[in-house]
Amino acid sequence: MSAPQDFNVDYLAQLARLALTPEEKARFAAQLGDVLHHIEQLAKVDVTGVEPTAHAFPIENVWDADVPRPGLSVADALRNAPAQRENMISVPKVVE
Amino acid sequence: MVPLHFQTIAELSGRLERRELSAVELTQALIARTKAVEPRVHAFNSLDETDALAQAVASDARRAAGQSRGPLDGIPVGLKDVIAVTGQPLTASSKILQNFVSPYDATVTRNLKNAGAVLFGRLNCDEFAMGSSNENSAFGPAANPWDTTRVPGGSSGGSAAALAAGEVIASLGSDTGGSIRQPAALCGLVGLKPTYGLVSRYGLVAYASSLDQIGPFGRTTEDVALVLRAIAGHDPLDSTSFKADVPDYRAALAGPAPRRIGIPKEYFGEGLDPEIGAAVEAAVKFYRDRGCEVKEVSLPHTQYCLDAYYVIATAEASSNLARFDGVRYGHRSKAATDAIDLYAKSRAEGFGAEVKRRIILGTYVLSSGYYDAYYLRAQKVRTLIRQDFLKAFAEVDTLLTPTSPVPAFKIGEKADPLAMYLLDIYTIGVNLAGLPAASVPCGFTSGGLPIGLQLIGQPFKEADLLALAHTYEQAQEWSRRTPNL
Repeated sequence: MSAPQDFNVDYLAQLARLALTPEEKARFAAQLGDVLHHIEQLAKVDVTGVEPTAHAFPIENVWDADVPRPGLSVADALRNAPAQRENMISVPKVVE
Repeated sequence: MVPLHFQTIAELSGRLERRELSAVELTQALIARTKAVEPRVHAFNSLDETDALAQAVASDARRAAGQSRGPLDGIPVGLKDVIAVTGQPLTASSKILQNFVSPYDATVTRNLKNAGAVLFGRLNCDEFAMGSSNENSAFGPAANPWDTTRVPGGSSGGSAAALAAGEVIASLGSDTGGSIRQPAALCGLVGLKPTYGLVSRYGLVAYASSLDQIGPFGRTTEDVALVLRAIAGHDPLDSTSFKADVPDYRAALAGPAPRRIGIPKEYFGEGLDPEIGAAVEAAVKFYRDRGCEVKEVSLPHTQYCLDAYYVIATAEASSNLARFDGVRYGHRSKAATDAIDLYAKSRAEGFGAEVKRRIILGTYVLSSGYYDAYYLRAQKVRTLIRQDFLKAFAEVDTLLTPTSPVPAFKIGEKADPLAMYLLDIYTIGVNLAGLPAASVPCGFTSGGLPIGLQLIGQPFKEADLLALAHTYEQAQEWSRRTPNL
């Protein structure tokens, strides 16, 4: 089964920041077409007046005390950085 | 006598207490066992032997000083490679985190350290916990110790395989749609998915935050009870952590088990392997013969569980995995020309196929024009699914179902993603409703593959659930069988 006509994998890959190959796009479109066809079943359920459930139980925000405390050292914070320079994470230029 | 590597926490902690065995000897035995079987099982992503032995030395010193921290002190426990351990690799079985070293401990890690457990390696899994076979690991699949040509289940396949193979004494996994219970069933173990909020998720690599829950694997319900006691409890670092009581689950095993058992008729239909159906029916008969009230119940929205799950889980995954952008940590593409290109290429090079598929699907169901039709509707269907369970629990204490519709299948056998998704049909509803559920061994196929029985309980009633499972386990020999590896 192919994906629905409105399933624009190029647009979705762009939204998701995923540089997919043409082969991946074709494969995912076909595979997700099957999954979406299955998911269409949800349209059969009468959800009139039903509240959505985001979590199985109520949750409350957790506020931390606004007091200084030790955090990661600079070395620990940079340990996993893919590129670093002068104790900072180095990134590509984002402005011209 | 049962070899050291196949003994239980309960047995080994007694031997450690009586000084018949030291934690160092036990850890050395497991290192040797792991070296012998790991080439065939591939349950580990990493194992720091020096660190494990240092923890064992510390445990022995505590015991010698009369300061043992309880039954887990000196017991080697493996963690799924989505749970953070300070100074150790945390890869989520993904190339994008291949060289990541955790700067902090997950709360469950800290709890196990406080209990004196020897943290014994980080265990293989499906990439970012997405899968039902452990074939989606970037570092290669784990194998089922009962038949190494077959999968151990997933996503916590390494956690199950390591325990079934005798490489660890207990392990932790995470369960988003069945990822503890299904591999427990396929590997002949007890696996528990606790009530959502009972165990902190702080330090767990997030897949679908409203569904994920960390839980234990053990050879017996007693072992699972011991590990659950150590890891459960309120955590101020997790906003979804519940302020619930943490009883002595081990002591509760000896107490009265719930007696009203419901059999959801929707869980015994088309697609269920006949040998699994027969084994589960035999378990139903066991409970009936022991005076339990067994009655058929209905969960009418069961047929929509899979659809609601794949909308909600992929939506949350697409959001959670947005943090992997190649900027602050993780894989960074060398081919990128600008910032946007850096994100897109780093993610494309770092993520595997299943993760990409789920991100694309999640992006679609959340995108403008489809949010109401898919995501919001799925959340409303989730409400109905949860109500089904609560209505059933007005009539019965516990639900009994198969865990998996099929036994362990061959590696590479299920190439179609939809066919793979359908394997979670009996486990997913529990996550949508936030309930506790355990998989317990209930027999073997004629081909010698384990079969699992699922018991589903009411929120925060893990003690009842484990007591009911324990009653069955005590009358069977399934948990005492070990693979010939």
